[in-house]
Amino acid sequence: MTSGTVLARRIPWTLVVFVAAMVIPFLGSRYDTFLATQIAISALFAVSLNLLLGTTGLVSFGHVAYFGIGSYVCGILMKTYAVPFALALPAAAFGSALSSLVFGYFCVRLTRIYFAMLTLAFSQIIWAICFKWNEVTGGDQGLSDVPYPNLDWMSSIPFFGDFGIGDQFYVMTLALVMLSLAAMHRIIASPFGRMLTTIRENPERAASIGLDVRRYELAAFVAAGFFAGIAGALFGIFNRGVFPDFVYWPKSAEVMIMTILGGIEHFWGPVVGAATLVILNQEVTSYTEYWPFVLGAILLVLLFAFPGGIVGGLTAGFAWLRRKRRGPAGA
Amino acid sequence: MAGASFLFTQFLGGLTTAMFLFLLASGLSLVFGVLRVLNFAHGSFYMLGAYLAWQAVAWLAPVLESFWLAALIAALGVAVLGGLIERLLLRHMYGREELYQLLLTYALVLILGDAAKALWGTQQLSVSRPAMLAGGIRIFGGELPAYNLFIMLAGTAIAVAGWLVLTRSTAGRMVRAAALDREMLGALGANVGALYTGMFVVSSFLAGLSGALVTPIESIVPGMDVEIIVEAFIVVVIGGLGSFWGTFWGSVIYGQVLSFGILILPSFSLFSVFALMAVILIVRPWGLFGRPLR
Repeated sequence: MTSGTVLARRIPWTLVVFVAAMVIPFLGSRYDTFLATQIAISALFAVSLNLLLGTTGLVSFGHVAYFGIGSYVCGILMKTYAVPFALALPAAAFGSALSSLVFGYFCVRLTRIYFAMLTLAFSQIIWAICFKWNEVTGGDQGLSDVPYPNLDWMSSIPFFGDFGIGDQFYVMTLALVMLSLAAMHRIIASPFGRMLTTIRENPERAASIGLDVRRYELAAFVAAGFFAGIAGALFGIFNRGVFPDFVYWPKSAEVMIMTILGGIEHFWGPVVGAATLVILNQEVTSYTEYWPFVLGAILLVLLFAFPGGIVGGLTAGFAWLRRKRRGPAGA
Repeated sequence: MAGASFLFTQFLGGLTTAMFLFLLASGLSLVFGVLRVLNFAHGSFYMLGAYLAWQAVAWLAPVLESFWLAALIAALGVAVLGGLIERLLLRHMYGREELYQLLLTYALVLILGDAAKALWGTQQLSVSRPAMLAGGIRIFGGELPAYNLFIMLAGTAIAVAGWLVLTRSTAGRMVRAAALDREMLGALGANVGALYTGMFVVSSFLAGLSGALVTPIESIVPGMDVEIIVEAFIVVVIGGLGSFWGTFWGSVIYGQVLSFGILILPSFSLFSVFALMAVILIVRPWGLFGRPLR
C-alpha cells in the first residue's frame, strides 16, 4: 500500500464534501442550490441502497418502498397534523426502519431472484396502499403543499442572514445527508460491516464460520430502510408534495441505475452516480423529452463497457497509469 | 338467480383476464426456466405487439380488413425483434450476475417504451373487434362478448398445444433438458445457443401475440408495459417461476382474485393481488407448481 492511499483514508471525506458543497448557496444561483438539494437527497437514497447492493450483495428491487414510507409519513404528519419537522423526520425514519424490519424479516429468508421478487412485491403493496387509501394518502392525487420546516433560526447564524427558504432547506438537507453518510461509512467500516462483506463474498462460508447470515442481512436491510426513509422525508418537502409515483416500481430501478452508474464497489460511487444522473437529467430534458431512452442507452453502455461504474472505471484507470509510470523502472 | 348469474359473469371476466395473462406469462416463465433470466422487457414486447397490431390494421385497411393477419404480423415482428435482442445483447449477459441481467432487460424497457412514444405518440389508440366476433353470447343469463369467449378458447388451446410440444416433441425434450441442466445438455452435443435464441423468439412471439389480441378490448396507451409486467410477475410467482402448468393455474388464480377482490373490497383489489404474491413467496418461494431451484 502506498503512502498516498493511507493519507487518503485519514481524510474525513464527508467533512470535505460538506464544506465544498456549502459553497454553492454563496456562489451559485438559486437554481444551482435547487439542483444541489436534489443531488444530496438522491445521493443519500443511492448510498442507502448500496448498503444492500454493494456491501451485502442483496439485490433489492423494492427499495423505493422505504423511501416512499418516509416521504408519506413525514408529509402526512407535517401537512395533515401540523407536526414540526423535528418530530416528523425521526418518525419517518423510524417508520421506514420498522416497516423494513417487518418486510425484511421475510425477504432475507429468500435468496437471489426470489429475494428481488419479494422486495418488489412488498414495494407494490405499499404503492397500492398509497394509491388507493384516499382518506390518508390522498390517493392518486397525492398530498400537495407539504410545508417547509421553519428554519428562521438559521438567519441568526453569521453569513446565513440573507438566506432564502430554499438556501436554508439546502443547508439543513446537506447537514442531515452528510451526517447520514458519515454514519453509513462508520457502519461499513465497522466489524459488523466487514461481516456483511463476508456474506456478500460467500454466504455459505459465512454461515459455516458461525455467522447468523439472516440476522446480519436483516440488520443491513433495516439500516438501509432507515436512511432511505430520511431521504424520502427530505424529498417530499423538497418536491412540495408526496405522490404515489414515488413508490411505483420503476423508481426502484432508477435508484439502482444511479448506484451502478457511480459504482457499487466504492462508498462514494452512488454519490457520484446520483450527481451525474441528476445533472444529466436536467441537461437532457432541456433538449429532448426522451430522457428514459437516453437513460436506457447509458445503462447499456455501462453494462457492456464499464460494469464497475464511473468510480470503478476511474480507479482502474489510475491504477493502470501508476503501473505504466512505474513499469520501465522495473517496480 | 340474478345473483348467481352475476357471479358467473364475474367469474368469466376473471377467466378472460387469466387467459390473456397466461398467453403473456407463459413466455416469461419459459424464458426464466431455460435461460434463467427474468425478462423485464417482456411487458415491452407485449406493448409493441399492441402498437404493431394497430399499425398493421392501419396499413392493411385499404387492401383488406383482417384483424387476424394484423395480429400475426405484429407477433412475428416482435418475435424478430426478440431474436435480435437475444443474439446481440442478452447473449453476452448469461455468465454475469443476476443484477446485470435484470438491468439489461430494464434498459430495454426504457428504450422500447420511449421508442413506442416516438413512433406512435402518447394518445390512446384502439382497434375495433373483428367483425365475426363482434356480437355477444348469452350464457346462464349473463352476456359474454364473443371475442372474450374466443380468447378463453384460444388460451386453453395454446396451453394444451404448448404442453404437447413440451412433453411430446424433440424440441420440447431439449427445452426441458436445458431447464434441468444446461451444461450437461451442451456436453451431449446439443446446440444450446440456438435453443436459447429459439426459446427467446417463441417467448417474444407469445408476448407480441397477447399484446395484439388485447387491442380489441383494451386501449393502447404508453405505460401499459410497466403495468402488465408486474401482473405477469405475480402470475409466474404464484404458479412457480419456470413451471408451464404453474403459469396456467397462476393466471386463473390471479384473474379470479382480481375479479372477486373488486366485489369484496373495491379499493383494495390491487392490494390483494400483491399480497397474494408476497404470501406465496413467503410460504412457498418456488410457487404452487414449481420446484425449488438448486
